[in-house]
Order: sequence, then structure tokens, then C-alpha cells
Amino acid sequence: MPDAVEVRDVARSFGRVHALAGVDLTVAQGEFFGLLGPNGAGKTTLISILAGLVRADRGVARVLGHDVVSDYRRARRALGVVPQELVFDPFFTVRETLRIQSGYFGLRHNDAWIDELLHHLDLTDKAEANMRALSGGMKRRVLVGQALVHKPPVIVLDEPTAGVDVELRQSLWAFIRRLNADGHTIILTTHYLEEAEALCHRIAMMKAGRIVALDTTQHLLSRFGSLIVRLSAAKVPERWLARVTRNEGDVHYLELETYAELEQLLAALRGEGIVIDELTVAGTDLEQAFLRIMAGSATSDEAIVAAPVPEA
Amino acid sequence: MRDLPVSTVSPGGGFVTLFRKELLRFWKVSFQTIASPVLNALLYLLIFSHVLASRVTVFGGQVRYTEFLIPGLVMMSVLQNSFANASSSLIQSKITGNLIFVLLPPLSPLDFYAAYVLGAMVRGVAVGAGVFAVTLAFEPAMAALAHPLWALAFALLGSGILATLGLIAGMQADKFDEIAAFQNFLIMPLTFLSGVFYSIHSLPEFWQALSHFNPFFYMIDGFRYGFFGLSDVSPARSLALVALAAVLLAALALALLARGYKLRN
Repeated sequence: MPDAVEVRDVARSFGRVHALAGVDLTVAQGEFFGLLGPNGAGKTTLISILAGLVRADRGVARVLGHDVVSDYRRARRALGVVPQELVFDPFFTVRETLRIQSGYFGLRHNDAWIDELLHHLDLTDKAEANMRALSGGMKRRVLVGQALVHKPPVIVLDEPTAGVDVELRQSLWAFIRRLNADGHTIILTTHYLEEAEALCHRIAMMKAGRIVALDTTQHLLSRFGSLIVRLSAAKVPERWLARVTRNEGDVHYLELETYAELEQLLAALRGEGIVIDELTVAGTDLEQAFLRIMAGSATSDEAIVAAPVPEA
Repeated sequence: MRDLPVSTVSPGGGFVTLFRKELLRFWKVSFQTIASPVLNALLYLLIFSHVLASRVTVFGGQVRYTEFLIPGLVMMSVLQNSFANASSSLIQSKITGNLIFVLLPPLSPLDFYAAYVLGAMVRGVAVGAGVFAVTLAFEPAMAALAHPLWALAFALLGSGILATLGLIAGMQADKFDEIAAFQNFLIMPLTFLSGVFYSIHSLPEFWQALSHFNPFFYMIDGFRYGFFGLSDVSPARSLALVALAAVLLAALALALLARGYKLRN
């Protein structure tokens, strides 16, 4: 079974800027994969190369085994892309937009699926509205619809929830999850790290055109996450002062590695007779892992983790 | 939802849809894209024929100036609107970013070329036909063309050439400004100096000779031959040159599209 996406040594420069400096990446069929990184990391360039919107300077990119340049018809038929920019054609209604997009893929009589898409994207009552009349969130959902008109086995979502309100974001994710459960491979880029944490089985983190971390979400969290302890007390035991990240009067924030360390901290507090007025622990999250990896990768070109691809 | 019945995927369907989309695009704003250029051409006819009809002699007096002017205006409208349609459609899509909807599907360079050029040709010929229909109200005798197939051949080749130029200009340009420059500094002068409003035989010798280097001259002169059976140069020569230009420009446009020139970067 070919990989959903296979990228080998792909590089691309724009003038003197190395948008991608030799990227290798494999995404198995059926994965829900996250592609994270700060602005300018190369995520959109990588997606654009997969979609045939940008040509790589070197390297090979395949979608379901089809080369995106030499076998572009099959590669593009296998791929659905929700672009980052909120773009639309002002001449057409929502339904016309989706029919035209179907037609570009050679699909006629696609109305049953278009109606289903409109329903899932909560756009049924806007089907005959001109694109200009839609709010930003609605336009974003039409973009999702356009990416799905040809039922692509591999779906790339480049910041799909920017500008979409919370309720609709939830329904959109429920729909995308269903597509993934039906066997579609999903590749997601987002700045909402909690979304990536909740949805993605595996994550690649990019920085300056390179992949600096690639592992399962769980693995990244356990290796690079930390505990933030908010301690309200008169003082912090001497030995733990190095772990304090900031103080607000009698409220101290400490960063710990593990729950075992938390127990040691509590023992130290008891041992020195320090009264705890209040104590809360913020769990490990992807944002912390992300910040640590990004900070750590600044001094190293080496990718941090490369775990085997899980069976999907 | 994974598998699509193969029967629903029609080969070449992408081209048909893009072509229809191009037609819909100008049809939805037809007042601006068709009615307005027809009115412009009509104003040219009224003003120029009024001012010049009694002063200018063309084809040795065999054809009245107003009659002479009509095919020139029709062809000018065909050429300018074919260029405008392809170039503005492409630059609008580039600037608004919705070109991505055409770049993501499995459309070939030929699908892309054919859809944009044919769409622009339909608009150019529709405007030309509109101009001709309106001018018939002033010169009903013009309805009888000496060689209608020649006129049709030049109209189609001319609109194809200008549509292709429009496509290339649309690919090359990054701003509306650049399209306007292309239109005002190249297309307009070449059209106006091609014999729309005069026969080149009325020009001094130097300018006559120079006119032979203007490709638009052959399009308009050949088209006019279709109306009167009279022309400044042999229609067969004009047809050969215009057809050659059409083929060369098509090859250039296809090569640029295959490279994704300024589209896939």
C-alpha cells in the first residue's frame, strides 16, 4: 500500500530564502497528521509542493505513490487542499462554486454529494447566496467544501479554522474526524496547538525549512511536556528556587518535569513547615512541548525525534 | 464516501467546466463586457463617419468611407475584447488568489490554454457581432459580404491571437497596472495604426512600409477583404501570416503554461 504522502529531500528557495532545506516526510494512509511550526517555517511551501502549486528545486513528492510533477493528474485527483488564504470567486453562488470545482475534476452530476457537503458544513441555507455575501467563517467552510468535492483520499487542511467561531469549529472537526474514521488521510496545519493535540496521532514540527521534531503526539508530550505548578505560599523551599519561573507576590510559578518531582516538592514544603494556601497544576500540553522544541532546535540542525510510523 | 463511481468522472470534463466558467464570468457582467464595447464602437462610427466621410477616399472610391470603417471597427472590437477577456480574467484570479481553484485540479496546460482562449474568443466574436448588428442599422447593405468565410477565418484567427496574447500578458503581469500598460502601450497603438480608420495606401510611403510590420494590419485588411473583396495586400498572404502568428503564439503560451510560468511559484 503506497504512503498517503511521501516527500524525499524536497528543497525550495525563494531568492535567498531557503523555504525548504531538504525535507523528508512520510504520512501513512489513514493517519491524522499534524504539521506545526511558526510562521515562515515552510509548512505552506511543503503543502504547495504536494498540491502542485509550487515546484520543488530538488527532491521528490508523491501523493498515494503518484509523483506530483510527472503524474500530476492522479496526484491531484488524490488530494484535496483547503488553502490558508480566504479566497473566493465573487461571480458565483455557493452551489455554483461547488459545481464548478466538481467540474474541474471531471465530475458531473455531483449534486447529491454537494448537498451532503453543504449539510455537514452548515451551509444548506446559503447554497444560493453569492460568495460575496458570506461571512469570513462561511467562506472558510466553502473552501473546505471545495477541497472535498472530488472525495479525495488525502485531505490537507492549511489553517482551516482561522476565523471560524467555536461552535462551528467543533462541528467542522467532528466532520473531519468522521472523514478520517472513514479512511481519509488528514494532514493539518494549525496555530491552535490544542486542536493539533486533540486531533493528530502524529506530529511534525518545522522550523526554518526543516523538520525539527517528528513523533506521535503522545510521545512528544511525554518527552517535551512539563508541569506548571501555581503555588500560593509564603515562600518556596531554597532547593526549589531554581524551578521558579515567576513570582506574583505570594504566588509562585514553578516548572517541573514529572509528577514524581511534584511529590518531592510537596515533601520539601512539608519538611520546612511551609503552609500551602493554594496549589494548582496545569497539565502537560503541546504548546509547552512546541515551545521547548522550537527553543532547543535553535542550536541544532538535528531532528529531535524520529519514531516509526504507526500502523494506520 | 471514499470511492467514486468511475462513470461520473468524464475525461476532458475539466476543460469543459473551465470554458463554461469563463463564459459565465463575462456573461454575468455582460453590460460591462459586451454592451459597453458595442456602444464605444458605435460612437467611433458616428463621429468618424460624420467627420471624415466626405473627405476621405478609400479603395479608389469603390467603397464609401462609412462602409470601409465598419469592418475595421468590428475587427477592432473583436481583437480588443478577446485580449481584455483573457488578460483580465487571469489577472483578477491571480490577484484575488482564486486562481488556486484552477491550479489544484488535474487540468493540463492544454485544458487551461483552450478554456481561457476559447472563452475570450467567444467574448471577442460576440462583441464584434454586436457591433456589426448595430451598424447594420446605418448601413443595411453591409449585410451582403463578398467572402463571408474569409471574414470568419480572420475574425477567429485574430481573436485567437489576441486571446493568447491576453493569456500571456495575464501570466506575466502581477498587477492590473501592467495589464493596462500592455493594453495602452502595445495593443491600442498597434490596432489604431493598423488601418482600422484608413487604408494604408493613403499614408506616406515610409508609414505604408512600416505598416507591413504590424501584424494587426494583416488581420484587419484580411477581414475587410471578406466584406468587399478588396484589400491593401493579398488576403492569402495575410491569412498565412496571421495563421503563422497564431501557431507561434499558441506554442509559446503552452510552453509557458507547462512550466507553470508565474502561476505555479
